[in-house]
Amino acid sequence: MGQTLLVIVGGCIFITSSALGSWVRFLHIIIFHMEYIFRAENVDKKYDKHQALSNVSVSIPRQGIFGLLGPNGAGKTTFIRIINQIIAPDAGKLFFKGEKLKPSHISSIGYLPEERGLYKKMKVGEQAIYLARLKDVSSRDAKKLLKEWFEKFDLMPWWDRKVEELSKGMQQKLQFIITVLHKPDLLIFDEPFSGFDPININLLKEEILKLRNNGTSVIFSTHNMSSVEELCDHIALINNSEKILDGKLENIKRAHADKVFSVSAKAFTKPFDAVFHPLADIIDKYTIKDGASKLRVRLADAYNANNLIEHILPNLQLLEFKEELPTMNDIFIKTVTGKNPGELKKDDLKAYMGMNQA
Amino acid sequence: MNKILTIIQREYLSRVKKKSFIVMTILGPILLAALMIVPVFIARMADSVYEVAVVDDTRFFYREFKDANDVEFTDLDVDIDTAIELMKMDKFDAVVHIPTTAFQAPSTLRFFSEKAININAKLYIESILQNEFEKLKMARAGIDPEVLRATETKISIQAIRLLKDGHEQTDYPEVSMGLGIFSGILIYFFVFLFGAQVMRGVMEEKTSRIVEVIVSSVKPFQLMMGKISGIALVGLTQFSMWILLTFAIVATVQAVMPESFTFTPHEQIYVSSAQSMNPAELQEHVQRIEQHNTAAGQVMEALSAINFTVMILSFVFYFLGGYLLYAALFAAIGSAVDNEADTQQFMLPITIPMIFSIVMAQMVMNNPAGSVAFWLSIIPFTSPIIMMVRIPFGVPLFDLWLSAGLLILGFLGTTWLAGKIYRTGILMYGKKISYKELWKWIRYR
Repeated sequence: MGQTLLVIVGGCIFITSSALGSWVRFLHIIIFHMEYIFRAENVDKKYDKHQALSNVSVSIPRQGIFGLLGPNGAGKTTFIRIINQIIAPDAGKLFFKGEKLKPSHISSIGYLPEERGLYKKMKVGEQAIYLARLKDVSSRDAKKLLKEWFEKFDLMPWWDRKVEELSKGMQQKLQFIITVLHKPDLLIFDEPFSGFDPININLLKEEILKLRNNGTSVIFSTHNMSSVEELCDHIALINNSEKILDGKLENIKRAHADKVFSVSAKAFTKPFDAVFHPLADIIDKYTIKDGASKLRVRLADAYNANNLIEHILPNLQLLEFKEELPTMNDIFIKTVTGKNPGELKKDDLKAYMGMNQA
Repeated sequence: MNKILTIIQREYLSRVKKKSFIVMTILGPILLAALMIVPVFIARMADSVYEVAVVDDTRFFYREFKDANDVEFTDLDVDIDTAIELMKMDKFDAVVHIPTTAFQAPSTLRFFSEKAININAKLYIESILQNEFEKLKMARAGIDPEVLRATETKISIQAIRLLKDGHEQTDYPEVSMGLGIFSGILIYFFVFLFGAQVMRGVMEEKTSRIVEVIVSSVKPFQLMMGKISGIALVGLTQFSMWILLTFAIVATVQAVMPESFTFTPHEQIYVSSAQSMNPAELQEHVQRIEQHNTAAGQVMEALSAINFTVMILSFVFYFLGGYLLYAALFAAIGSAVDNEADTQQFMLPITIPMIFSIVMAQMVMNNPAGSVAFWLSIIPFTSPIIMMVRIPFGVPLFDLWLSAGLLILGFLGTTWLAGKIYRTGILMYGKKISYKELWKWIRYR
């Protein structure tokens, strides 16, 4: 009797636990794919003798702007083309919304390539409808959607004109509209701002943020680090076919903090050098007013900010104390070349250029 | 599949709507008709009359110079120097001088002219004098010209081919030749015309940088095939419009000038050849047949012997097959280069088999059933032209099926190969491409 009970209870526990296990796995998948719209695992791509991507794994979070960074020739465009199924990887797995990447996913992705253009002799409206139809939008829907976008971008009067009659800026706007028209879940912009004037860059940024807020995920590839800081939530840095950096922008910046602090203070008697010694070195110093100075100091590895404040307070009047986070520009240069921007020499630049043009 | 149709539709409509297409479609048949009609018109419109003075020192031949269409003769009983003076005063265009020595030495005959010599007039005068000199010699030899004329016989053997099904068919190799070379050249022309359109279309997409936008929606192969198919439809449209318009023009001309197109069909003459015929009737019958054996009648009969359904169907097939075979290669070239100037080095291997076909067409026509004709009409790269040259002469069914089958395999092969070059080429900018490079692209996964 007792044995039977034991067996039953044991069986129940086994069933529950295994059920639980699969539930957990299921939930994990759900949560995981809720979080990421696109994942690449261990992607390899080789052109003849040139390794374009080696063992790259990247996860693109949902509803965010993901910055894909890297020097020229690092493999960004190859990676983007792989996402768009323009080329196939030699090895690796690709998932879109948790499913294996397949041709039908194309209509859920919008892509604005760096090398972009339009049929010059074709009429604006006709061309936009044609390209929308290639993304599985019916011509009636396309016409309706296009009218809304054309109104917003002041392109309506150009509907029946040939593309070659448009200015370069207007052509860029048209290309942007074509990219987003079919309401893709994932948008990929490769250098979207090149060729735009500042007013239109702003317009475009607003539209990209609006799309993000409406739930679209965006991959954003650029060399313009200030727009990366402005727009991106996550970044990945590809150099020489490998991913060398990946994560939330904020975390990356914090991780690359160089223990540099900006300090404003009035020294009492001792000179600044003596005040900070031996905890920190002064990188930079200039006087502001009333004997107050602004300093940039680098903290030695063994200490933290609290140590430094305790050490200096007796000898000066502290006006401001702030940690300096590195800019994306600095992080980029430092990670790619292994040197701080100020330390870069001509030879390093040469070596770096050669490295990426192999 | 749906997307390919969208692409075909765009490629087709964007070309058919072009002004140049409409102009070519209408002008094509008109130009062709004009090519045949205008020379006749010009020949008929006798331009100014060519006036020739005849200075016959022998006073023997001058009566024989009869005015022709555009040559008029004037007998001048003066010495040659005076005649030349008169010519210099623009009284005449030319002077024929028959010196007294001409009887012994015809090489002393002279034809003077101040302007460029009218070759027709010279030939006409030569024929007159030749005739007269022959008569003279015959008279001396005691031959009656009438007897000689009666012995003159013109022989033209009627070639009859015994067909396998027991029928007989009169062969007119000259007409078959004309038809064969005409359709061969038409294929050559069509393949190059529309193949080059494919190449230019691919280059347009590449240089305008729209191609990456499109291949993010469709497979490169779909884009290539959509373009090739769309342009094939343009070609077929143009071809059928030309045929329709030509028929329309011919019908109109026939309606306006019916008499120039009335030929007695051959059958009617033979039908009337009843068994019981008295000699008078037979004589008349033979005359009618002989009348019928004029050049025009022969052409008409030869044309009626050729199976035009087979001709047109095989033309469409070989045009499409040849076009598809080469268009894929043209697309590959367009994808590999950055500008038109770079296409030259890759065009050569495509152009050579086509030009070779045209060069070999003459040899094939001389012996349409020989082994050169057989092999060239089997090999896919030459078969579109050579087979079209052979078809008017009659081709065994086996050859036709083999050639057609191989052509289909051929274009599948070139399309597969071109697709591999194309998908890499369209995304490759600013690189000087060599054959080695192309070979690498073919081997990419």
